[in-house]
Amino acid sequence: MSIPGPDDVKRYELSNGLVLLVRQNHASPSVVISGYLPVAARDEPAEQAGLSAFTADALSRGTMHRSFSQIYEAVEAVGASFGFSSGRHFTGFGAKSLVEDLPLTLDVLSDVLRNPTFPKNEVEKLRGEILTDLEERAHDTRDMAGLTFNTLAYPAAHPHSRSVSGYIETVSALTRDDVVAFYRRGYGPQGMVLTLVGAVEPEQALARVEDAFGDWSGASPVRDPLPPALPLTEVRREDVAIPGKTQSDLIMGAPGPARTDPHFLDALLCNTILGVFGIMGRLGETVREQQGLAYYVYSRVTGGVGPGPWTMIAGVNPANVERAVESIRAEVRRIQQEPVPADELADNKAFIVGSLPLRLETNEGVASALLDMERYGLGLDYLRRYRGLIEAITPERVQAAAQRWLDPDAYALAVAGPPRE
Amino acid sequence: MTVLKTTLENGLTVLLKESHIAPVASFWIWYRVGSGNEHTGITGSSHWVEHMLYKGTPNWPKGSIDHAISRVGGVMNGATWYDFTTYYATMPAGKIGIEMEIEADRMTAALFDPQDVESERTVIISERQGAENDPLFLLGEEVMATAFRVHPYGHETLGHMCDLEGMSRDDLYHHYQTYYVPNNAIVVAVGDVSAQEMLARIEQLFGAIPARPLPRRVRPVEPPQQGERRVVLEGDGSTAYVTLVFHTPPPTDPDFCPLVVLDSALSGASGMALFGGGGTNNSSRLYRALVDTELASDVDGSLTPTVDPFVYSLTATVRSARNPIDVEQRMWDELALLSDNSITDQELTNAIKQAKARFAYSSESATGQAFWLGWSEIFADYDWFVAYLDRLSAVTLDDVRRVAQRYLKRSNATVGHYMPTNK
Repeated sequence: MSIPGPDDVKRYELSNGLVLLVRQNHASPSVVISGYLPVAARDEPAEQAGLSAFTADALSRGTMHRSFSQIYEAVEAVGASFGFSSGRHFTGFGAKSLVEDLPLTLDVLSDVLRNPTFPKNEVEKLRGEILTDLEERAHDTRDMAGLTFNTLAYPAAHPHSRSVSGYIETVSALTRDDVVAFYRRGYGPQGMVLTLVGAVEPEQALARVEDAFGDWSGASPVRDPLPPALPLTEVRREDVAIPGKTQSDLIMGAPGPARTDPHFLDALLCNTILGVFGIMGRLGETVREQQGLAYYVYSRVTGGVGPGPWTMIAGVNPANVERAVESIRAEVRRIQQEPVPADELADNKAFIVGSLPLRLETNEGVASALLDMERYGLGLDYLRRYRGLIEAITPERVQAAAQRWLDPDAYALAVAGPPRE
Repeated sequence: MTVLKTTLENGLTVLLKESHIAPVASFWIWYRVGSGNEHTGITGSSHWVEHMLYKGTPNWPKGSIDHAISRVGGVMNGATWYDFTTYYATMPAGKIGIEMEIEADRMTAALFDPQDVESERTVIISERQGAENDPLFLLGEEVMATAFRVHPYGHETLGHMCDLEGMSRDDLYHHYQTYYVPNNAIVVAVGDVSAQEMLARIEQLFGAIPARPLPRRVRPVEPPQQGERRVVLEGDGSTAYVTLVFHTPPPTDPDFCPLVVLDSALSGASGMALFGGGGTNNSSRLYRALVDTELASDVDGSLTPTVDPFVYSLTATVRSARNPIDVEQRMWDELALLSDNSITDQELTNAIKQAKARFAYSSESATGQAFWLGWSEIFADYDWFVAYLDRLSAVTLDDVRRVAQRYLKRSNATVGHYMPTNK
């Protein structure tokens, strides 16, 4: 199979606004459905944090035609997987099945998205499950470092500062009416994108999706504009004490580039050098290989509509937190101050370009790439242009990305681990 | 599925499969050694040796291995478990030779520099401390240590902390020299390559490495359990967990496939460790008994294929303000129903269909196929993998009832409760 492009990805727009992308792959008798709707945590008020996630989880708890157990009996009986989850900017959904079961999975998917009834007892059951998860989260060092980091790195009014799953107080206070109202306001075919990748003909896929969603109507939901994610001007640090733990998890960084930023790929390449290439890049080399401080230390540029954060992440013995932070700061300073040597740059470019076929090996991988092309307006020829875009990045552009988004003297730092002695 | 299987003169087992779906190839080397071969004092040695194989050889100095793979767009990793230590890379197909050269080289030439051993000691300890942050790891460790009092499956692959602190460079090097020999290894390649060309290259690279006698392995036999065992672990947190584990036979035993079917009905296809997780189990018996009734927020089952007899395990997350004792009782009630009445025809049909779907999904990537070929060769042989769906289709309702009665009983169980101290 070649890299997907305009000649083998079919894009259709239904009259109700739904966009469908299809790519055939007959290598295995399976098919992946994946997509999103433009409704998510950013559309909920801060005092109702978790409402969007609750709504997405509650969709499959019962419809006008099927009970919760009927939905999952149908799907699980054929070995299909099926899921919905809200992010900050989109609510995603996905299903995977043998191609012979595609009519069934599309039918159930459409029923769940279009006809949920949010039965009261199911809403309460779900609430209890979410609250148990939130209690577990309060004792998870990685989760708590992440939550705390977001509050430090983003202004309180920004949706990135809040937890998508919400908090015990906010989730406890949500009512079924809140869920129903959130669903009515945000769910519809306008702005919805659906991909089908697998052993299916595009025209046949279109016909099935028309059957399942063609007569769904609804206006485009109005979304509030995002407040700006301000650059940090100081070190903002918070330590979260969780008794009984043996390791500390730390996250440091700042708001990074949005996926649509013209310099996003510069940041991506810079990040690969910093904390991905080989065994976790330069960070892995110094913090893990040379100093033996951590089992994992890496960096991540999130992108998204966000703008998502650009973070450095490590799990270390509590006694080594300060040393790890200093080592990470030194690497950030180095990538800002020194141009990346030509051979290191070439190796990192070759990794990013060369690993593309690996990411496109499975139907899920292709579906995810197609969704990103649509979501960020990258164009159907994006993956074919990708090599050229990466090759064109200069050492100056890498350095500029580090200077624009990272700062060794102004960052957010959250550490979660055992209380200090 | 056409697989070329052969054994070189030095005893190296070779499994090759062409797959021209994507321009990608995956190469794996599996050593038949894992934490199941370790005794107290050197627990964690297999895993630590795995880490040391990235620390360089004279031909591939420290740092050069991961760079060589990454710079051509490959990804690589290693993994250690009860019965194996494995290394792999998945790469653009034309570049897979690099990974083959690396594996042939480090089968014999890894340095184990004493300084690198020391810096890796703290990394490994950090890995263990990270795991200890998870109450389910702590509970699992206690439960397995109780279920196995003789067989080394009773300790975690990460090893005991005292052994990680105490092991020497020589302990690790001895392990490496003993087990990293061609007659204890399996190489697997799947992808957009010519099997004949791959075989020729494998012979060239690995053929001259001499076989060495392996130590006589006295396989420890876990004595039959003669009554219920119970562990209560107290620790930080506000969530309780309940685990039930039952001694079960390995995949080469005729009772294994009925247990796979039983597990599908009981905890869902997501618990079918055989073909990866994923998916929901909301229509499974235990979900209905525990989660629908608001006793638990989650329940999972796991049946792991191993060389020696292992365990079938069930784990539930107790819902806030609920009692682990009630959760455990409901689990026993469900198990009794299975022993009395078996499962339904519909559940049997579903289990087979679910396995068929998982099988198709797992064949999508070269990495997934190579993984399954290699792992099945470790605990049985790849014919086991090929015939898996047929054997599953032959399972009857009586078979399921029989294995439920035989294995899912109190006298064969170890029960673990994690009790949070700051509820």
